[in-house]
Amino acid sequence: MRAGDLLRLTSSSLVAHRLRTLLTILGISVGIASVVLLTSIGEGVHRFVVTEFSQFGTNLVGINPGKATTAGTSIGVFGTARPLTLDDAEALKKLPFARAVVPMVTGNAEVEADNRRRRTTIYGVGPQMPEAFRMELQLGRFLPADEPSAPRAFAVLGSKLRRELFGERSPLGERITIAGSRYRVLGVMASKGTILGFDLDDTVYLPTARAMALFNTQSLFEIDLLYAEHTSVEKVVAAIRQLLESRHGRDDVTITTQQQMLDVLSSVLDVLTFSVAAIGGISLLVGAIGIVTIMTIAVNERTNEIGLLRALGARRSQVLGLFLGEAVVLAMSGGLLGLALGVGVAQLLHLLLAALPVRISLLYILLAESVALLIGLLAGVLPARRAAQLDPVAALRAE
Amino acid sequence: MIELRAINRSYSVGGQPVRALDNIDLDIDAGAYLSIMGPSGSGKSTLLNILGLLDRPSSGHYRLDGHDVTALSDLEQAQVRNQRIGFVFQMFHLIPRLTAAENVALPLLLAGVAPGRREPLVAKALQELDMGDRAHHKPEQLSGGQRQRVAIARATVTEPELLLADEPTGNLDHHSGQEVIRILESLNSRGITLIMVTHDPEMGRRASRRIKLVDGRLADPDVAT
Repeated sequence: MRAGDLLRLTSSSLVAHRLRTLLTILGISVGIASVVLLTSIGEGVHRFVVTEFSQFGTNLVGINPGKATTAGTSIGVFGTARPLTLDDAEALKKLPFARAVVPMVTGNAEVEADNRRRRTTIYGVGPQMPEAFRMELQLGRFLPADEPSAPRAFAVLGSKLRRELFGERSPLGERITIAGSRYRVLGVMASKGTILGFDLDDTVYLPTARAMALFNTQSLFEIDLLYAEHTSVEKVVAAIRQLLESRHGRDDVTITTQQQMLDVLSSVLDVLTFSVAAIGGISLLVGAIGIVTIMTIAVNERTNEIGLLRALGARRSQVLGLFLGEAVVLAMSGGLLGLALGVGVAQLLHLLLAALPVRISLLYILLAESVALLIGLLAGVLPARRAAQLDPVAALRAE
Repeated sequence: MIELRAINRSYSVGGQPVRALDNIDLDIDAGAYLSIMGPSGSGKSTLLNILGLLDRPSSGHYRLDGHDVTALSDLEQAQVRNQRIGFVFQMFHLIPRLTAAENVALPLLLAGVAPGRREPLVAKALQELDMGDRAHHKPEQLSGGQRQRVAIARATVTEPELLLADEPTGNLDHHSGQEVIRILESLNSRGITLIMVTHDPEMGRRASRRIKLVDGRLADPDVAT
């Protein structure tokens, strides 16, 4: 039998039972639509989170004091880890691939200006911070490249803190007081928004040495290093480790690459997407049972027809193909309708809730369609086999 | 053309073996007009089904044109049915959702004949049965006699040598029945072998050769049972 004839014969019976064909297709399409929709949201959240995290650049390496491993003996036996110092940061700057090095300490303190006070996050950072974190200034300029151990008392404000302290007035050249020390405002950062609940705009940036004195600490909280593009991460990490080991006498730092963080995050989000896809898969299963039911009914109703086709010279395989074809057409039309439904609702959601990130993944669309095809074949195979195995004489005689 | 040798067919009904055909020997020449009569349950339909390769004998041999068709596989038998045998049923067995022309085209469609080659054959078969103007009607829009004519067109569209009719007038009024018989007889007069099962003695007597089955055995057709 020619493929076109098979398709026509198959669709003729589906068209003859419009209502139940439509309902069966609807069953499958709800399953496919939910898979498409849920994975779209999953992918959207994935992209959104990864973009949020990589906005600071992907070729960043974070160096923290202390070793993030669990050893059999307490580190205390050999003394605590040596602090990370400004000198370490200076030494790291000399590495050939280092584009920017930011020694950092953080803490909270009260900032005062014009009799207004606000408790806020203080970042002690180096002059290369905007370059390393891809941050831009809204007004003025960033902290100058002073002598790292004795920088001048300048400050740069986050955009929200500037609004809180100075309103729309230009803060450039104004003085602010933090814990009794006075700083002159050099610039205001462009807004960065919040990440995981941290408001990146409600901040003050001070020179690192000044912030260390403010918080009375000997060690940096972290050194961030931006390395040149097209340099292998492994080499960067190895070089940093070697340098700090020679300076500290032992390997006592933890080095985290942005890529590692993104990889971990990504794999967690993949599991999330997969889980929601599995939930959608359950409704797909229900749709598949609908196809089995309707095909079983069809074989029973059309027993005479099967007998006739056999008498007219249809091979068993042709009868099998006819009923399997019907199940596949049902499933595939359900798949297409579900796809349209899923994509439509996803777009609608995107329009209504712009904050909800939606990303339609081609992979999942293809997967959903293949699953629909597979469901058609699996759901059709039992009823179709029964049809093919019917004895023609008995089938012709059936009422 | 047809040689049946020692054909037996037994079923088991509720554990009891039933002999539907008991040692049948039968030769039928090409172009013959044969009627098979007998009371219900005598094995008429079973014999017709075996002749039509819809059923296999439990033992014995069936030679069609010198070839032993009992030994053929399912697939080969399907091909023989498609190419060389036409069936006409009491219940017509038209597919209700297809038009007359689509019903007639079915055997060609199953054989994989291209639509372009199919159409003239279907049109010709319908024309010969005076159904040319009803080609696009659905079976439900046709009378019983017209339905049976569509079924005959379907049986003859592949130009088979053998036409098997199982009570072809059983569901028709007298007038339509007469017409259908005339059509079948005119096909026979053009050389097609016609084998017809009927329990109507009047119909049966029209055949040039009559056989009678009683309890699965051949009996003298002129002795009343």
